[in-house]
Amino acid sequence: MNKKKKIRSYRKRDYQAFIYIAPWLIGLIVLQLYPFISSLYYSFTEYQITSKPIWNGIQNYVTLFTADKEFLTSLWVTIKFSLMTVPGKLILALAIAVFLNRNLKGINLIRTLYYIPSLFGGSIAIAMLWKVMFMDNGVVNAMLGAIGIKGISWLGDPKVALITICSLEIWQFGSSMVMFLAALKQVPSSLYEAASIDGAGKIKKFIYITLPQITPIIFFNMIMQTINALQTYTSASVITNGGPMKATYVMGLKMYKEGFSYFKMGYASAISWVMFALILVVTLLLFRSSSSWVFYEDEGEF
Amino acid sequence: MTRKAKKKLNLVLSYLVIFAIGFIMLYPIIWMFFAAFKTNDEIFGHISLLPSTFSFQNFIDGWNGTVIPYSQYFINTALLVLPTTLFTIVSCSLVAYGFARFQFPGKKILFAILISTLMLPNSVIIIPRYTLYNKFHWLDSYLPFYVPAILACYPFFIYQLIQFMRGLPRDLDESAYIDGCGTFRVFWQILLPLMKPALFSAALFQFMWTYNDYFNSLIYINSVKKFTVSLALRLSLDAESVVVWGKVLAMAFVAVIPLIVLFFAAQKYFVEGIASSGLKG
Repeated sequence: MNKKKKIRSYRKRDYQAFIYIAPWLIGLIVLQLYPFISSLYYSFTEYQITSKPIWNGIQNYVTLFTADKEFLTSLWVTIKFSLMTVPGKLILALAIAVFLNRNLKGINLIRTLYYIPSLFGGSIAIAMLWKVMFMDNGVVNAMLGAIGIKGISWLGDPKVALITICSLEIWQFGSSMVMFLAALKQVPSSLYEAASIDGAGKIKKFIYITLPQITPIIFFNMIMQTINALQTYTSASVITNGGPMKATYVMGLKMYKEGFSYFKMGYASAISWVMFALILVVTLLLFRSSSSWVFYEDEGEF
Repeated sequence: MTRKAKKKLNLVLSYLVIFAIGFIMLYPIIWMFFAAFKTNDEIFGHISLLPSTFSFQNFIDGWNGTVIPYSQYFINTALLVLPTTLFTIVSCSLVAYGFARFQFPGKKILFAILISTLMLPNSVIIIPRYTLYNKFHWLDSYLPFYVPAILACYPFFIYQLIQFMRGLPRDLDESAYIDGCGTFRVFWQILLPLMKPALFSAALFQFMWTYNDYFNSLIYINSVKKFTVSLALRLSLDAESVVVWGKVLAMAFVAVIPLIVLFFAAQKYFVEGIASSGLKG
């Protein structure tokens, strides 16, 4: 077999692409790569915004992991938050998507209604609503009282407060659900028919057909949700302001405090890089493991 | 029981479950609406949904409750969100065109970079961005929102638009080239009109995310007269020692109305945008 080396010849027209992607290239360099590299550099410096950064090696990281108890707390709280919200949201979204995935009348209306909470994302208005509803004498406890359950200190009990914050996040499972529903619709029905002939039951069909077919979308969601969860800020800031006893003190709050209240830019950058390292590790682990559980029908050649 | 009756019962039960879940999910929003009419006494310790009287006093007090009225905050929000959305759509569709329709040197590596920036978290770049904007004297203006939009710093939308554009037949371009069209004309007169649904859905999401954004506004904007609705809400929470929650909830409800209206007006684009956004990811 003679292998011809493919030499790609570009048409004159193709060079015009650079005009079209120029805004992105500039933005990439100035507003993405430059900040990315300089925040890594800042993280090794002592940098008050008014003065020049002064190199101090790994001192910031040493302080973070050995002396700063508040940081270690925030790291742990953030990990707990992510471990509760990401699987919580995805499992709920998947369960309800599977439940809705049949020929139901009015499915569009149902999909719409379930999506509404996702509209409000990390909005402060909804965080305020959560704060009011979950206060000790708020409507949630009043409702529990009406059915004879003793009220819970949703915001005041360090053991419960983080769960309350997570509940706001999980409440917004609608957008993942809509994605899963769309993915479920794409599973070829011939697969199910073939499985029925072979005598597979509902559960078997779900495990051996449905799940493998929609793993790419689950995978995509998992990564995106994890990235968002690790950076969370608004709900913890508005609902509990990190309390009680730092039980909801997420890393976003810690970074904001060091960077934008104390203007310790170097130290805050170090926090942001710990956050980034965490995101990187999780993403890589997911990618690593993905070959064993994510099923791609075609390698998307571009 | 016959098979048919069993099937029917099953269906009825399904609907019951679906609507029960839906009701529980939407109850907080419904409650927020009615709570906006209540006094503190009614909000706390009571389970009744309806307020004793429908007086708009909370809305009036809330609207005028901070240094400047909410009308100004809404104008500010519009000044921030609308140009940001427009710039995002224009820049991202141009960049998407460049990637989707041309074979240029370095394309593979640039596309790989584009995809990896999808996972670049905001937190890790926000501090240098802040110091950069500080140097340019852009703080306390809306430029920190406009400029990233003009420079297409939203890889998510670029990616989405590339995917959409790849679905449009290339014959369209080729025949236009034969007719003597330039590349920009092909983009402007042929592809852009066909991309309307994708553009519309990208615009909706950018609108929603910028409208809801709290963290960036908090960092970049600090004078009250430039505050957006999000920041104003925070202000009303901190303003008084005894918070009149009815007032706060009235304004919180007013703040989510634009989203709800937009959603119902354009739900097709929302749901389809979401459904298609990650499918081939």
